[in-house]
Formats: sequence, C-alpha cells, structure tokens
Amino acid sequence: MSDPMKIRATMAGDKVEVKVLMSHEMETGQRKDSKGATVPAWFIQNVTATHNGKTVLSAEWGPAVSKNPFLSFRFAGGKPGDKVIITWTDNKGDKRTDEATIS
Amino acid sequence: MNKGRRDVLKGAGGTAVLGLALAAGLFRSGGARADWNKAAFETKSLSDAVKAMGGGAPVESKDIVITSPDIAENGAVVPFTIASKLPKTASIAILVEKNPNILAADFQFPDGTEPWVNTRVKMGQTSNVIALVKADGKFYYASKEVKVTLGGCGG
Repeated sequence: MSDPMKIRATMAGDKVEVKVLMSHEMETGQRKDSKGATVPAWFIQNVTATHNGKTVLSAEWGPAVSKNPFLSFRFAGGKPGDKVIITWTDNKGDKRTDEATIS
Repeated sequence: MNKGRRDVLKGAGGTAVLGLALAAGLFRSGGARADWNKAAFETKSLSDAVKAMGGGAPVESKDIVITSPDIAENGAVVPFTIASKLPKTASIAILVEKNPNILAADFQFPDGTEPWVNTRVKMGQTSNVIALVKADGKFYYASKEVKVTLGGCGG
C-alpha cells in the first residue's frame, strides 16, 4: 500500500485552493535496470477530486508526470470545515483515497 | 498493457451482460481502464493527440498562459502552471513535444473549478511544451520552449 497523500485545502478568496502531494514511483517503462532489463511502467492513470459528492477535478495521467506527483487546483463553492476527497488509481489497479478538511 | 483485452473491451461495448461481467472482473484488475484514453497517451504529435481526443486541428491562442521555468536544471521535475482564459474551458492537457509520448497529463474541469492547474512533469530533453485546451467543444493551444540541462550543472 502506498503512503498517504499530503493534501492541503485552504480558502483563497472565495475559492478553495487544493494542493496535493502523492507518493508514487511514476515509473516510465523506458528505464532499464542494472541488468539491462526494462523496468515496467508503473504510474498513476486517474486522479479524481470530490467535494460534497461532486467531482471538482478529474485527470488522466501518463508516465511523464513526475515521481511523487504534485497537483494544485482551485474550485468554487467550498467552505471551511468541508472535506475534499482525492482518489488515484494506477496502471496496476492500485488505488488510494485520502481526504482533507478545508481551512 | 494487454492489447488483446483492450480489443475485447471495445468489442463488448454493446453487450450489457458481458459488460457487467467485465465491470465485476477485469476492470478491477487494472491495466485496461475504461476512463483512461490509452490511444491519446500513445501519440507522438499534437495533431495525433487531438485526434485521439476526438478533436480537429487545434488553433493557437493567446488566452492560454503557460508559466514555467525557461531553463529546467532537472528534467525529472519541471513545474508548470497552465491557466486558460477561454470561455467554457473544459480541459487542459500538458504535452511535451520531444518526450517518447507527447501527452503527459489531461485535466478535466467541471463547472465551478477554475481552469487553472499546477503540476510537475518529466522532460527527457529541451523541448516545446504545449498546453492544449478544450473550450466550448474546440481545441486551442499555446506552446513554450523549456531548456533542460541534464546533469544539473546549470550550464
């Protein structure tokens, strides 16, 4: 199981600014190990963020997103105390969901 | 990835019973996710990527702003902020022209979410980086060259 995401959700004016740091290798599938064998691709493919049951951002990623991906976005309609839930799924079917409270 | 299974998934589109079986079994095992545009992530040029996303020829736009370093010392972690001022922006994709596959990431913005995103991508070498925006059903783009100095000596 992967390490938890670090999520920070803060009010920025009338919007909520969300910053997410995920823990993932994001292996490209291009790299070779010391024996010359290709290291298979292993990367997050889908990211979804929800607030009060509504999707506020969804993303499709390829292996070119950096290792331990960082993501920031802003949405309207949130208030302090609300929860933002982020889920990612990688190409091996692994999944991780974490949440943060808007402050 | 399993090409055979992808074809099976495509063929099974209209068959409800088989669809359910697939939803219960195969989808969970990953590898061939229905909500991941495999064709787009395998393209090598902007026009092919747009085609795989179901669009026509993209139009260059000054309403898309790419903020990034001009020179990246570490190609493994290059920060980008993309903002779109185009009305009805639905998605923003980041493409790195000289990467093995051009499409790095595609973000979808529902109503209420600002068409603005900040993330980090890998760049194999100095390259044009393209921000591709889908707004009101049409595709627009802006591009910027980012120099990558491998080895991190800043030269």
